[in-house]
Amino acid sequence: MKTQARLTLLLLLAPALLWLISLILLPHVELGILSLRARVAPRVYEPSLAQFATFIEEPLYWHTFVRTALMSILATAITLVMAFPVAWTIAKIARGRNKSLLFVMCLIPFWVSETVRTLGWMILLRESGVLPAVLVSLGVTPAPVEMLYHDATILVGLVYTSMLFMVIPLISALESLDDSLIEAAYDLGGNGWSILRQIIIPHAAPGMVAGCIVVFMLTLGNYLTPTLLGGKNSQWFTEQIYTQFITRFNWEQGAAFGFLLLGLSTVIVWAGLRLSGQRFGEVMQKT
Amino acid sequence: MTTQPDLQATRVAKHYGAFRAVDELSFSVARGSFFSILGPSGCGKTTLLRMIAGFLEPDAGNIQIGGKAMNGVPPNRRPVNMVFQHLALFPMMNVGENVGYGLARRGVAKDETKLRVGEMLERVSLAGAQAKRVDQLSGGQKQRVAIARSLVLEPTLLLLDEPLGALDLKLREHMKIELKALQAAFGTTFVYITHDQSEALVLSDHVAVMNHGRFEQLGTPQQLYYEPQTPFVAGFVGANNRIAGVATQINGLEVSVTSAEGLVIPARAIGKVSRGDAVEAFVRPEVARLARSAAVLMDAGLPTFSARVDSLLFDGANSAVLLREAQSNTEFRIALPQTGEFADLAVGETVAFGFDAQRAVCFAG
Repeated sequence: MKTQARLTLLLLLAPALLWLISLILLPHVELGILSLRARVAPRVYEPSLAQFATFIEEPLYWHTFVRTALMSILATAITLVMAFPVAWTIAKIARGRNKSLLFVMCLIPFWVSETVRTLGWMILLRESGVLPAVLVSLGVTPAPVEMLYHDATILVGLVYTSMLFMVIPLISALESLDDSLIEAAYDLGGNGWSILRQIIIPHAAPGMVAGCIVVFMLTLGNYLTPTLLGGKNSQWFTEQIYTQFITRFNWEQGAAFGFLLLGLSTVIVWAGLRLSGQRFGEVMQKT
Repeated sequence: MTTQPDLQATRVAKHYGAFRAVDELSFSVARGSFFSILGPSGCGKTTLLRMIAGFLEPDAGNIQIGGKAMNGVPPNRRPVNMVFQHLALFPMMNVGENVGYGLARRGVAKDETKLRVGEMLERVSLAGAQAKRVDQLSGGQKQRVAIARSLVLEPTLLLLDEPLGALDLKLREHMKIELKALQAAFGTTFVYITHDQSEALVLSDHVAVMNHGRFEQLGTPQQLYYEPQTPFVAGFVGANNRIAGVATQINGLEVSVTSAEGLVIPARAIGKVSRGDAVEAFVRPEVARLARSAAVLMDAGLPTFSARVDSLLFDGANSAVLLREAQSNTEFRIALPQTGEFADLAVGETVAFGFDAQRAVCFAG
């Protein structure tokens, strides 16, 4: 009986294990080995930290690295600030049909592929695009302005892409907040700001952190949006990885960059959890 | 010297479309009293309470608290605090922070807040519980924290929105007594809403029975019980046997009520009752007397009826018996005396019952 139960469990877990081992674990082991060796002659390799040395010695690489991290943190923060009122409206203010309508409105853009959505932004923002033309016709600018290829454009694209992933955990976090807690706080002399700070945010914190983790990881690993909206100026670290693998055919360097990015996201998520006083397990239940 | 009432409502009204949730109510609550609003769900009592607390604005009328008009004053600026139905303690704070929340919001210094929180917890017998988490408390302790959290602000009025509703029966009985003791100890004016008549009767100095947005009757618990002024109050407060019929004979205040089934009972008229009026009569189960032979009751000068025992409802001190009156087959519920005389009463047995006509009431329908 016992062996049978164990076999059943194993069979049930098999697809997940297969996926974990073959698609996550094996490639990472392979990349790990790649990143730690150097080619000394054709088809001759020896263990080396040369790739990591290159990363430190070449300012372009670590500049891009830091820039990607900072921009991702900024994009996450902006997404949180923008998603909060949206989630609040859907969770607490809208009722019945309006509620589902608002939620569907958040969801609809995601029926279209990310490429198409990003191209939409390009149509709106390019020099010959819609928004510059509107600004000219309103007399705000004398000639069309190029709105693509700025950092702000990249942020706009990243925030837009990430909104839904922040809104959903926030809605579930806010919906579980009992309205009478807010009324009680108000009744006891609290005002809007103090209630937000002392009641709503502490309650919603796991959901907020969950949303931030998801958005941060999506943003850090995003390739399409920074490339299309930022053009040559985007300097996103995923582009460096792409270049090493595809253009330079330097898999060793690309693998090292990949691990550096993995390390970066791990460190920042850990720091975020520490700073907000949340536990990883609790937060992950909210996603 | 007349003391200012703590709460004075003047023609307060709230409508939702054509539905009158609260219909031009006027009343006042004296300082230091325990005032209950008793009514079935949907009678408008919660709407009224939320208007007093400031969560809703009345469509018409005035609410004065401690002599000051409250129109347009938000809840956080009213000298009123509320104990919510599910208490609404802040789970993200410990007991001390919950109780100190209001003081901190008023900008009271930290040392003083700590002192006053300590004193308040002591008064509700939770001394030293500051560091406890809310989910470590029992139901009764939570309620005391909720009351302490409000009373530490020394409000003119404390509003309580069915705080005992979520508790189990045993604890509810215990908390009733505790609540009354707390009110007596603090002397704060309590306004309590409930649909449970026992809570209202046990706790209150005055009770308003509310139905369809209006007060049916406002009085002491004794007045409501012994002198109901409307059929609704007679039916809602305490248990009652209701007999609908026609007033067939009037003799001063005493009316003979004849039901469609042919039962004739005497009752005291409340308000104007004329011969031929359709009336409703009420006889309380505990007012009627039960006897094995009719002679005992007749000797006592009571109108007497013969009946068959339909079923026995044993419930300890609240035991009752369901009877069918012999001629009209009308159902009567009558309290079983605790003397042991009827301990062997069996279903199907024929007994006699009677009641004092002065203690049965009837209203023109």
